[in-house]
Amino acid sequence: MVLTVDQSAPSVDSGLPARPSWRRGEEAAGLALISPTALYALFLLGVPILTVVAYSFWTQNYLEIDRSFTFENYRIALTEPIYRDLLLRSLGISLVVSFVTVVVSYPVAWFISFHGGRHKNLLLFLITVPCWTSYLLRVMSWKMILGYQGVLNTGLMSLGVITEPIASFLYNSNAVAITLVHSWAAFAILPIYVSLEKIDRSLVEAARDLGDGPARSFLRVVLPLSMPGVVSALLIVMIPTVGDYVTPRLVGGKDGVMIATAIQAQFGKAANWPLGAALSVTTMAIVTVVAGACAILLKLVARRIR
Amino acid sequence: MSLLKPSRWRVLPFYMVLYLGFLYLPILLLPVFSFNNAAATRFPLAGFTTKWYASLWGNREMLDAAFNSLVVGICVAVLSTGLAICAARAVTRYRFRGRRAANGLIMAPLFLPEIIVAVSLLMIVLQVGAELSLLTVILGQVVFCLPYSMAVLTAGFDGFDRSLEEASLDLGETAFGTFRRVTLPVVAPAILSSLLVSFTISLDEFLLAFFLSGTEPTLPVYIWGQLRFAAKLPGVLALGSLMLALSICLLVAAEFLRRRTERQLSTGAASHV
Amino acid sequence: MSDMPMIAISGVNKFYGIYKALSEVSLDIAAGEFFSLLGPSGCGKTTLLRSIAGFETPSSGDIRIDGQSMLGVAPNRRPTNMVFQSYAIFPHLNVEENVSYGLKRLKLGTTEERRRVGDALDQVRLGHLGKRRGHELSGGQRQRVALARALVLRPKVLLLDEPLSALDKKLREEMQSELRALQKAVGITFVLVTHDQYEALALSDRIAVMFGGRIAQVATPKELYQHPLTRLTADFLGGMNFLSGKVVESAGAILSVETDRFGRLGIAAAASGGRPGDRITLGIRPERLRLLWDGERADHELQGRVTNRAYFGETTHLSVRVDGLEQPLSMIETNTYGADDLPIGEPIRLAYDPDAFVALADDETEDRIRKLD
Repeated sequence: MVLTVDQSAPSVDSGLPARPSWRRGEEAAGLALISPTALYALFLLGVPILTVVAYSFWTQNYLEIDRSFTFENYRIALTEPIYRDLLLRSLGISLVVSFVTVVVSYPVAWFISFHGGRHKNLLLFLITVPCWTSYLLRVMSWKMILGYQGVLNTGLMSLGVITEPIASFLYNSNAVAITLVHSWAAFAILPIYVSLEKIDRSLVEAARDLGDGPARSFLRVVLPLSMPGVVSALLIVMIPTVGDYVTPRLVGGKDGVMIATAIQAQFGKAANWPLGAALSVTTMAIVTVVAGACAILLKLVARRIR
Repeated sequence: MSLLKPSRWRVLPFYMVLYLGFLYLPILLLPVFSFNNAAATRFPLAGFTTKWYASLWGNREMLDAAFNSLVVGICVAVLSTGLAICAARAVTRYRFRGRRAANGLIMAPLFLPEIIVAVSLLMIVLQVGAELSLLTVILGQVVFCLPYSMAVLTAGFDGFDRSLEEASLDLGETAFGTFRRVTLPVVAPAILSSLLVSFTISLDEFLLAFFLSGTEPTLPVYIWGQLRFAAKLPGVLALGSLMLALSICLLVAAEFLRRRTERQLSTGAASHV
Repeated sequence: MSDMPMIAISGVNKFYGIYKALSEVSLDIAAGEFFSLLGPSGCGKTTLLRSIAGFETPSSGDIRIDGQSMLGVAPNRRPTNMVFQSYAIFPHLNVEENVSYGLKRLKLGTTEERRRVGDALDQVRLGHLGKRRGHELSGGQRQRVALARALVLRPKVLLLDEPLSALDKKLREEMQSELRALQKAVGITFVLVTHDQYEALALSDRIAVMFGGRIAQVATPKELYQHPLTRLTADFLGGMNFLSGKVVESAGAILSVETDRFGRLGIAAAASGGRPGDRITLGIRPERLRLLWDGERADHELQGRVTNRAYFGETTHLSVRVDGLEQPLSMIETNTYGADDLPIGEPIRLAYDPDAFVALADDETEDRIRKLD
């Protein structure tokens, strides 16, 4: 608490007063307090990201960086079939995954919020615990499940459902999608749950009172009001999954390669940082646009529900 | 209309169980196969054994990686929590220009694909000419853990009745004394919770460690390296199960602390609006 | 006996950006007084209280406590202690630890400390609850802990920020009399902030009514209630019947006012004065109008019709239409004689005391005065 006394503050007659001293003290204290953290984030997040953007406009000649401005990297990123395909596939997978997780998680969030009772926090906790465990381990477990000699195949065989293992469980986009849905489902629940909790229960009661059945009152009142949470959930899943590295590497095989693999390669063996940077920026930009479009679309849909 | 209600009530709990099963069963396979007396993860199970766990003890490489993870985890937890305490306090208690921007910057990693964060940090480190090491891993992981620590601590400070500090001042205590005798004790559970959460995140974190570690791997990076060898899989599963168990214990502890904070803070002040 | 006020507030202004929370506030509070700051939400009373405590710094002006200027003095060094609206009981300490919080710095030694804490708790009748924690106490008990905690430090001034607003009506009334008794027992200056006019009237030696960051009137409860200076103040402190009259004669402090139905009245002039020909606002409290039953007669009577009736248990509030008066009159009658049974539309007679009227500066004048600053 910094208390300063401003003896120089003018009296009422001279119109607008000087900035009151308490404000100066508070502002300074607040800035001072947040500066270590903000500076840390600035130098270890802000600056690196800006560097990536800068690099995307340069060229790499073996070990040297040519800093003349060029769009060449972006041309490659957007037009080369291999990268274009990777981008589109990554986008497609992340879109599918985010919509599926939202659809699958919404009923759960609804159930906990409206019928959870005293056990709300416990249920929420149970659902989010898997989220916090090692991502790597979770993907590994799906590799074990979907493999040719994996849990699913051998289990089905020993039950007599199939006679031969199904090869197409693993090493393709579907495997990537399923694994991602599993990893991110619980993340989608939280924003939806939060926005459902904010809905005044008496609104639903009013709808029932005015003649709507449970289904209609849900569609007309709860769903539109929970849209912000749904949009949040979509963003929370879509943006990180488009750049996922571990899942395609472990369960994607050749058919499930995603853009992150290509990005990583530019920083490893292929040693083309500018291209890697351009790929990164492109991915970010495109997923932001797509996510934004989804958000707007959903908000329009919500508004049209009467 | 009323016909719909009973059936919905019956369906949803069943769906919840299915959902929870979907979430947990894949993970539970790890411990299941870590006790399985076979090198391949297939059904039917081949008998119970603890030999895979036993094999971990003598594994020098693994133990080194575990030690690295421990060191990194503690450093990340302390650094992330410390930075978040300052920032959370600033955001909840003071008004200043750029507050939203600073908050947004700190929380940004939640909305970025991790690979972009990893790649950008890699670039900066190599540009500056520094070497990749556990230190770079720590620095990178803190960026990633900060949003989570911030969330926990902002909630902790938010729920804190401001007049508690004013009362302390009013009763004659100095600003520092107030911090020591009132603020810290009341916010302590949130601080502990943040430490546990960021330690757990760091322990489990793979991508940043993969990109930013040099010759000293952390446990997840070590596991990644072992995945090429099919024979080593059960050992990896055993290790993974241990890590799983540890993470869950830490998370339960963090949640317990969070609930205690909530209870304490919500009953300290009078109940009017 | 010192004539110096315990608290001397002079010319205090407080700005938040361009918003003026306090405007040229000057006030003297005597030692040992139970003083209330009364007003609606947003009138600046809490800002003023917090300025005395040191949690707000005036943009200009001075506050002196016991003769010493408080400019630049931090709250922890002022001879004041505050009871916060939320009570601010430390959740991680029990009752005894809460009360002894401020004593720790004084390093009194365990015995003395314990004795003082015990005395303070006994004074607020919480002696048996020493080991309990905040969440185990009721609202009223928490408030008493806050009181004990502040009083144990023997401040010169005790500041109370709407301490009873969180309590329900019965408990509030109990605590009100306890507070009054406590203040008399302890003998120090109490400054209470409240928006509840009845609370202020019941507890205070003097009241300052505030509107819009300014002090409208400072007076004893009785003076304030019976002789409010402005319409706003009159209306805030209870019901009031307003009517307009024309000044016929002005003889210094007494005006002769012609009214529509109440005849010619002799009224003490309001702050805005009045010249012959001026229209002024008069007021009379509802309880000063009396129902006349059956054959009763009075010197000053009026006839009217009951248009509305509201039952309040002990009393009934009546709306009475009188021909020639724009607004219906409000009356309050005890139900002893059957006021609660009066049918709507019933013709009644009422008596009034011509000395019970007050002249009020109306809001326009007030606004004009306000704008001049």
